[in-house]
Amino acid sequence: MKSLNSTSMDRRQFLKVTSLAGVGFAIGPVGFANAADQNKHQSLGNFVRISKDNLVTVIIKHLDKGQGVTTGLTAIVAEELDADWQQMRWEFAPADAERYNNLFFGKFQGTGGSTSVANSWMQLRQAGAAARAMLVDAAAKVWGEDAASLRTQAGKVINASGKQLSYGELAELAGTQPIPAEPVLKTPDQFRIIGQHIPRIDSPEKTTGKAIYTIDVRRPGMLHAVVLHAPKFGAVLKTVDDSAAKKVPGVKAVVRIERGIAVLATSHWSALQGRNALIAQWDESQAETRSSSTLWDEYRALLAKPGHVVREDGDADKALANSNNKLSLTFELPFLAHATMEPLNCVVELVDNQCQIWTGSQMPTVDKMVAAQIVGLPPEQLQIHTQLAGGSFGRRASPNADYVAEACMIAKAINGSAPVSLQWSREDDMKAGYYRPMALHQFHAALDAEGKPVAWHQRVVSQSIMRGTPFEGMVRGPIDPTMVEGGSTLPYAIANLKVDAHEHKSGIPTLWWRSVGHSHNAYVTEVFMDEVARLGGQDPLTLRLALLANHPRHAGVLKLAAEKAGWGKALPDNQAMGLAVHESFNSFVAQVALVTMHQDGTYKVNKIVCAVDCGIAITPDVIKAQMEGGIGYGLGAAMGEAITVKEGAVEQNNFYDYLPMRIQHMPDVEVHILASDQAPTGVGEPGLPPAAPAVANALRKFLKGPLTKLPFGTKLDLA
Amino acid sequence: MISFTLNGTQRQYQGDPNQPLLWYVRDELNLTGSKFGCGVAQCGACTMHVNGQPVRACSTPMAAVQNASITTIEGLDSVAGKAIQHAWQRLDVVQCGYCQSGQIMSATALLQNNPSPSDQDIDQAMQGNLCRCATYHRIRQAIHQAADDLAREV
Ligand code: FES
Ligand code: FES
Repeated sequence: MKSLNSTSMDRRQFLKVTSLAGVGFAIGPVGFANAADQNKHQSLGNFVRISKDNLVTVIIKHLDKGQGVTTGLTAIVAEELDADWQQMRWEFAPADAERYNNLFFGKFQGTGGSTSVANSWMQLRQAGAAARAMLVDAAAKVWGEDAASLRTQAGKVINASGKQLSYGELAELAGTQPIPAEPVLKTPDQFRIIGQHIPRIDSPEKTTGKAIYTIDVRRPGMLHAVVLHAPKFGAVLKTVDDSAAKKVPGVKAVVRIERGIAVLATSHWSALQGRNALIAQWDESQAETRSSSTLWDEYRALLAKPGHVVREDGDADKALANSNNKLSLTFELPFLAHATMEPLNCVVELVDNQCQIWTGSQMPTVDKMVAAQIVGLPPEQLQIHTQLAGGSFGRRASPNADYVAEACMIAKAINGSAPVSLQWSREDDMKAGYYRPMALHQFHAALDAEGKPVAWHQRVVSQSIMRGTPFEGMVRGPIDPTMVEGGSTLPYAIANLKVDAHEHKSGIPTLWWRSVGHSHNAYVTEVFMDEVARLGGQDPLTLRLALLANHPRHAGVLKLAAEKAGWGKALPDNQAMGLAVHESFNSFVAQVALVTMHQDGTYKVNKIVCAVDCGIAITPDVIKAQMEGGIGYGLGAAMGEAITVKEGAVEQNNFYDYLPMRIQHMPDVEVHILASDQAPTGVGEPGLPPAAPAVANALRKFLKGPLTKLPFGTKLDLA
Repeated sequence: MISFTLNGTQRQYQGDPNQPLLWYVRDELNLTGSKFGCGVAQCGACTMHVNGQPVRACSTPMAAVQNASITTIEGLDSVAGKAIQHAWQRLDVVQCGYCQSGQIMSATALLQNNPSPSDQDIDQAMQGNLCRCATYHRIRQAIHQAADDLAREV
């Protein structure tokens, strides 16, 4: 999802504590707009719960969809609390934008823009440090000693003579201690959990089949629902014959909802049989009916015209006109599906004027608002029970809460007579939206006598993600910034630089897809930069470093990756290296790819060496995993994935015609994390953007020209 | 009537013989460790062992399991299975985790058939199991590690 880029954190924070009678205590800072508000929220602010059984539970306000935030956020608390890792537990927070907002997003609970750790960093450190101070105060009381003479270690308070009390033993008394006004935070040299290898907190449940996702939620009397969606975006139901569907054993109801026809049955299998038996007629008069080829024609027509300028340094037009050492290149990148491993789903129970929702949500605030309107209840009467998500990559951050809305419509249509488990099939998931927008990029560059670029012009044609959604307010001017991010922020020192863009409109719904605009802008800028280097007879690394003199963090990761990969060393004729560097979500990543080309044009990506600068590395192994995952997701898309439309309908169905990366194409990955004392930044997305261009730049040696059309496939035409 | 054993328990089934094993196990037995990802034998999230071999339960009708012995992730207790789970935990393979029951079932079957698989053997045996989080790199390492652990124990 988009980086909602307010890096300044609300510093007016107050710590709240709640004694839990007989259990222990809970603590957490709350960001209040002003002190007067504080009184309204006396009971709020639970981020850390320490109980008499000596367990410390961290309340996770973000969705874990695999990015390891349950481990990362728990580690932050454990660090300041001086807890033992074994006593740490976690649970998801409820949907509550007052208590559990993303501090970068305002009064909005959300996971996205790779912000989970960054926005929680100070908040959870303060909570952990305050709780620690209160535990020490409690021990001081018990022993009649001075708190200053006590220390903490691995979940215990220890006095000068070595006497010990566990946090569990102190929990109740600690809850009655005054909250420190300014809890003392550790200095980085005191860290003993942060920066160390700690085991993922969710590994045991996820390796034994015990982890519960939305698809696994069971409620008494629950019915399984599937929906027949319109075959084209924007088509509406005219008539439906459901007589055969209703006769299918197990089918309990067939209901029309705004988004199609829902079949409810006692099992998912029966519901599917019921859906197969529906005969529906659709009104396509308002539907999108264009095909991909038409959309590309329209994109090309726009590309021929000057766009809205989003960045202009110097005078690129003039510098290009005056040069006779130039090159141009055009890139085509397709729509992409998120294709999360767990097809979308949501469970809704509507009973006694309460609406309970079980789902994995990146934006509970939006989901709750939309759901409240549909079921006609005030938001206080809705609860969202956040579930583990089987992937998201942006998909579970839907601005209109689409699949949550659908489940609520169904629950409403049957008057809450049974809990409803809505499960999309893979085909529903593939065809019903949403997609990374397709994009057309054109570049022109002019080089000076030394082969350095003196002019650079990028023109982007793509589709907006935020226009027409509740996030439209973040679009200032005629161009959605998510279309050009990464291109408009090009770090290279080029005297004359221009980026302009056109927004194309279509009925194909678009959404943030892991790394958003960076997913295409990094590819095109980094592949084009290699062509610039090639024309100027320059080494791609040397040229980049020369242009990055004012960007030490870009240069830092680039140098590290190049050094670890052995950039420049002699390679066999059938091997090559390529590199790319990109900043996204305030993290810096460089990658060097090593490829082997075979005589038939098939190739192997042997290895990617990755260097990342994401500030202080809280959980290095989770960071490495995110780099590996981002590389596989991004490279897989570049090699095989595309969504195309024919007369308004998505052509792909399932994993036989939408082709994500499989194990045989996954390279070895070696990750190096730059030492840093900067505040931590995100890692869920930044690993993705450099992967495909690094590989494309490596493959270039064997090809007639650069790879300008994605996906480029697993077999190439050799030079 | 269809009879079989599932995780060591003898069971009978009288419902729709076309219902896939996956939905029977998930919806009727409430064993939810096996996942749905595609429904057409393309992703491996639903992988179970039928008579010791890995099968895609989403595409295995109940009619096909007469007299079979079925193991799901919940019932996985073979030596190879435990070694795989340990290696998975030691290397922290999982991300979202959704594909991992299926990965573990496929990897266990691989080790049971081939105690020291090469990278190519692993690619061959595991390419039916998608992981959108792309944990493949660690899956490969973990299979090698489990194979080494088993070799040491013998
Ligand atoms: S759900 Fe069975 S292979 Fe995908
Ligand atoms: S761990 Fe998420 S799909 Fe494999």
